[in-house]
Amino acid sequence: MSRGRQKDKWSVRFWLVGIVTGATLLLAPQLQAEMLINGAGATFPYPIYSKWFSEYRNVDPSAKINYQSIGSGGGVRQIIARTVDFGASDAALSDAELKKAPGKLLHIPTVMGAVVVTYNLQGAGSGLKLTPAVIADIFLGKITRWNDKRLTKLNPTTPLPAADIIVVHRSDGSGTTGIFTNYLSSVSLEWKEKVGHGKSVRWPVGLGGKGNEGVAGQIRNTNGAIGYVELAYAEQNKLSYAAIQNQAGKFVEPSLKTTSAAAAGAAVAMPADFRISLVNQPGEDSYPIAGFTWILLYQQQQDCDRGQKVVEFLWWATHEGEKYAPELLYAPLPDEVVRMVEATLKTVTCNSRPLLASK
Amino acid sequence: MVERSHVTADGPGVGAIRISTALRRPAGRFGDRAFKFVIAGGALLVVSLMLVMAYELVRTSWPSLGRFGFNFIWSSEWDPVRLEFGALPFIYGTLVSSVLALVLAVPPSIGVAVFLVELSPGWLRGPVSFLGELLAAIPSVVYGLWGIFVLAPWMQQTVQPFLRSTLGFLPLFQGPAYGVGMLTAGIILAIMVTPFISSVTREVLAQVPKTQREAALALGATRWEMIRVAVLPYGRSGIVGACMLGLGRALGETMAVTMVIGNRPEVALSLFAPGYTMASVIANEFTEATHDLYLSTLIEIGLLLFVITLLVNILAWLLVWRAGRGTAAGARE
Repeated sequence: MSRGRQKDKWSVRFWLVGIVTGATLLLAPQLQAEMLINGAGATFPYPIYSKWFSEYRNVDPSAKINYQSIGSGGGVRQIIARTVDFGASDAALSDAELKKAPGKLLHIPTVMGAVVVTYNLQGAGSGLKLTPAVIADIFLGKITRWNDKRLTKLNPTTPLPAADIIVVHRSDGSGTTGIFTNYLSSVSLEWKEKVGHGKSVRWPVGLGGKGNEGVAGQIRNTNGAIGYVELAYAEQNKLSYAAIQNQAGKFVEPSLKTTSAAAAGAAVAMPADFRISLVNQPGEDSYPIAGFTWILLYQQQQDCDRGQKVVEFLWWATHEGEKYAPELLYAPLPDEVVRMVEATLKTVTCNSRPLLASK
Repeated sequence: MVERSHVTADGPGVGAIRISTALRRPAGRFGDRAFKFVIAGGALLVVSLMLVMAYELVRTSWPSLGRFGFNFIWSSEWDPVRLEFGALPFIYGTLVSSVLALVLAVPPSIGVAVFLVELSPGWLRGPVSFLGELLAAIPSVVYGLWGIFVLAPWMQQTVQPFLRSTLGFLPLFQGPAYGVGMLTAGIILAIMVTPFISSVTREVLAQVPKTQREAALALGATRWEMIRVAVLPYGRSGIVGACMLGLGRALGETMAVTMVIGNRPEVALSLFAPGYTMASVIANEFTEATHDLYLSTLIEIGLLLFVITLLVNILAWLLVWRAGRGTAAGARE
């Protein structure tokens, strides 16, 4: 009995030692070569970012990037607390927020998204024409019926019913709402004063749906509903969307091309820190409701090896990486903006040594 | 039943012998002490967890408490851009949707339990209670999506027009039918809490001694009268406890509710109107709340939810206590 027990103990020890040694031998080379880089923030660009991280493993196998898509707010808080190597946000940081950071934070635009105005109107089809003033008045609750004179005048050939307009907006704080309310504030003084812009605002009228799917679901169910969703979501779900009059007076349908055009239009007046909203930009083809999403990192990196990996990745992402953007329905950065990003990335230093000296 | 009476007859004797042998060994005493230590530690852990939670909630919501004070509870303003916050619409929405859920869920839940315990043939009992409990395992986001895509359109096209044409004279059933709104949220919640209430009630009713039933039947009661006078009153405190468990679940539900309630921070009398709940607003706005005061406000809503849940639990405890006293007195008579 006791000898049997003894034997059992030994065989257990033997196996334990075997497993531990085996695991160490298997994992050790990877542990040595790999460097884990942590990022956190916006959910909107998460699909393209995760594509980038997996593709980048082929470019630099030693860099393993771990990204938590916890929302822009969390990303900003974490980068300010320096608990991550980079943050990500759909909204540019305010001056007050930048002041809270312990070092100089850079905004690096990565891709662009557009917000489309979508609706459910039997017999109207896609491509309803809307002017900025009309959109603002619909969301302010001043235009309440689809056969309002201002709508029929813009769309003389479309049959517009005598139905109530039901506004649907996002209930969760989101970059999409940020871009859309930014647009409304830039085209309507009344909106700017009454509501303002932000990721959550006090909507004068309407229902709140959670996420793109909540808004789209509500619109699909309700004849006479109007709301806004991300371009990618509208494309994937074949939602009808409005053509919107841009600054040049043209009615432009949302697409990747017209979104990139908006950024190209903005390039002329682009501030060096990229903190610019892309709404209502000049240019014949510019779609007026668009915005950047940014990666945030410190200009002075503390850990040189990690800093090096981060800027190398960002360089790759904004060059080779951009080709993955269209298939995931993000608009790639136009060349003018990529040139400016290059200049900014070259200013990143560690111990006052530039990290991208070779480029 | 037979089995239990057997145990009570023989139980003490057998138990006494086992205990006396255990006491003779010193290891048994050590084991007892260790057991007591572990158990007390577990109980203490729960209490300290609650205290730490309360402390953290108060600490992090301090800026908001200082800025808005008690006004926070009475104000309906919710403007993240201008940093003007009030929690009234959320408190109202949470309470109304949960109470609505309870009103809708309690009768069928008790019905299901009574059926399973008293009326159902033996072969049906297992499958029905199993399927009922399966409802509790469905993730709430699935309920929510079903709510948007199936329930809300049906509400909008069928239920709400019907209610408006029949009960439209009541202010509760007036206004435009959006499909989503307080009523739809109440219905989703009712479906979600039904399995909890019914399964606990079932267990409670199964504990009613057979002698109670036999006594009622012997007095000439019909089956329904037997259930009414003998079974339900005996299980009253347990049933109240089951309902409070359901209410607690409804108060804290987030995903499913936010998808169908319409998410509008307004206090409206009509059940067709969109509303908002405390748990939903936290889930919706927490991730993107960058401003400190805004964040602190959302945490204060969490604190209020904590307090309300605590009050509900105290109320439940009082009700169970009173109901329990009632049955004890009844049994003595």
